[in-house]
Amino acid sequence: MNITELTVHELKEKLDKKELTVSEITKAYVDRINEKEKDVNAFVTTLTDEALEKAKQIEEKLSHNENLGEYAGIPIGIKDNMCTKGIKTTCASRMLENFISPYDGTVVNKVINEQNMIDLGKLNMDEFAMGSSTETSYFKKTKNPWDLSKVPGGSSGGSAAAVSANMVPWALGSDTGGSIRQPASLCGVVGLKPTYGLVSRYGLVAFASSLDQIGPITKDVEDSAILLSIIAGHDEKDSTSMNIPKKDYTKSLKNDIKGLKIGVPKEFFGEGINEEVKTSLNTAIEKYKELGAVVEETSLNIAEYALAAYYIIACAEASSNLGRFDGIRYGYRAKNCETLKDIFVNSRSEGFGAEVKRRIILGTYVLSSGYYDAYYKKAQKVRTLVKNEFAKNLEKYDVLLTPTSPITAFKIGEKTENPLEMYLSDICTVSINIAGVPAISIPCGVDKEGMPIGMQLIGKHFDEETILNTAYTYEKNTNFREKYKPTFKGGAN
Amino acid sequence: MKVTREELLHIAKLADLKLEEEEIDKYLLNLQDILNFANIVNKAPVEELKETIGSNDNYNVFRKDEIVEFEDEEALLQNAPEKEQNMFKIPKVI
Repeated sequence: MNITELTVHELKEKLDKKELTVSEITKAYVDRINEKEKDVNAFVTTLTDEALEKAKQIEEKLSHNENLGEYAGIPIGIKDNMCTKGIKTTCASRMLENFISPYDGTVVNKVINEQNMIDLGKLNMDEFAMGSSTETSYFKKTKNPWDLSKVPGGSSGGSAAAVSANMVPWALGSDTGGSIRQPASLCGVVGLKPTYGLVSRYGLVAFASSLDQIGPITKDVEDSAILLSIIAGHDEKDSTSMNIPKKDYTKSLKNDIKGLKIGVPKEFFGEGINEEVKTSLNTAIEKYKELGAVVEETSLNIAEYALAAYYIIACAEASSNLGRFDGIRYGYRAKNCETLKDIFVNSRSEGFGAEVKRRIILGTYVLSSGYYDAYYKKAQKVRTLVKNEFAKNLEKYDVLLTPTSPITAFKIGEKTENPLEMYLSDICTVSINIAGVPAISIPCGVDKEGMPIGMQLIGKHFDEETILNTAYTYEKNTNFREKYKPTFKGGAN
Repeated sequence: MKVTREELLHIAKLADLKLEEEEIDKYLLNLQDILNFANIVNKAPVEELKETIGSNDNYNVFRKDEIVEFEDEEALLQNAPEKEQNMFKIPKVI
């Protein structure tokens, strides 16, 4: 048995039957990280020694029947924009290179302190989550385990690559415009962006506060439902989190979608979507019909408006959120500053990378007098349009089905010179954040180079159950994980 | 809309960013490119629509204004680039 190939629900079963111990599981992951990290570069900080130590402590407590969480002793990886007490939280930026959070974010607190999961480390990302390839990280470029010369997607590229390479059994990511779903798609794993307001953002370093959500990146849909059940819930410390009853999302997994109404927006299958991606999605659609779903073509003509509105709104919010980085209380401080203003300007100019500065400038521009009405205000109206169009479609259909990404993983360096081209790779995902609805990406095939293709299933507000069951049913009847595995080809040697 | 060099420098100043000479041309080009694309929002059929500010309808969430003391002062100050006693240190401002 190869421990690191198992899903979390399989690990949990073996722990319960005493076929495996917490230390054995943790050791297997530590060994795997030691073997693969040099190829994949998924981590900003690894906590392998600490993990082995914590595994021993948990085992000790379990032997005394101490009441730990249901998933005590299961390892996890955490995207490096979630505050972890006593452990660096860098946002993959020079600005926060040495930042040690004085507190745990709410979601981190749930998985680490309440559940007693074992933190294997902090995962690489695009700087401040701004990017679609994890190439804007100040520290390193994460590689796609399916082809090491290609990007893992982004911004949660470290999380998706680590899950895909079996270096962590599951991971937390964050999604502002596709940052969980797109890397999950490019790395052949499952990524879920919950409804805005389902999961607390307290302790998540803010990029665009009205769009950001934390969510699970997992090997399969059942694990996604488990991790979502753990992290969801109202939090007084995040006033945008909704006060609704907690749910056990695994109960929604029925492996049955007979009569389910699926809408396929034709605009998401048009120009700019790779032919192989279309073919793979069409095969998946046929599968759904075979499984008893009612599939219809529909229209959702907002993708381009939504993408433009997204970059206006997200950058505007970022320019305000990142105003806090001034080199005074925490973060990078430039040397040899004579005045206070010098500290602000020099620390920000030296501490932020090119993409972050580009977005701060764009955000400042669209909020500045003279342009506010033409860009920001218009974008907020487009947001209403997008919400309305989704609402109309989701009245008619239980689920909307689209590609997650218009293309499969691209070469490292291929799009770094042209920011707009990079932004266009988010065309299928950003509108979901603008509308605030939930969406899941699951693998549905590979292209001729063997790179994974992802399918996105979009649901109604707070109806994660339906998209989870839709994804689960497809997964159970197609078995992607048994057919395809990352090959780690394309390395430098 | 055409973005001028002066405008870019003005915006950078508002954002407390200093651009190096070689960055300016690149950012000008990028910004122009992105704004040309973003301009599509002005073609969207939104005349009749109101603005949406957030992703859900949570509005004015109130709570009691109670002080919760964060006791780990040391943890709060450990990230300060410069400090003296229990204070953040900055250059003289007056």
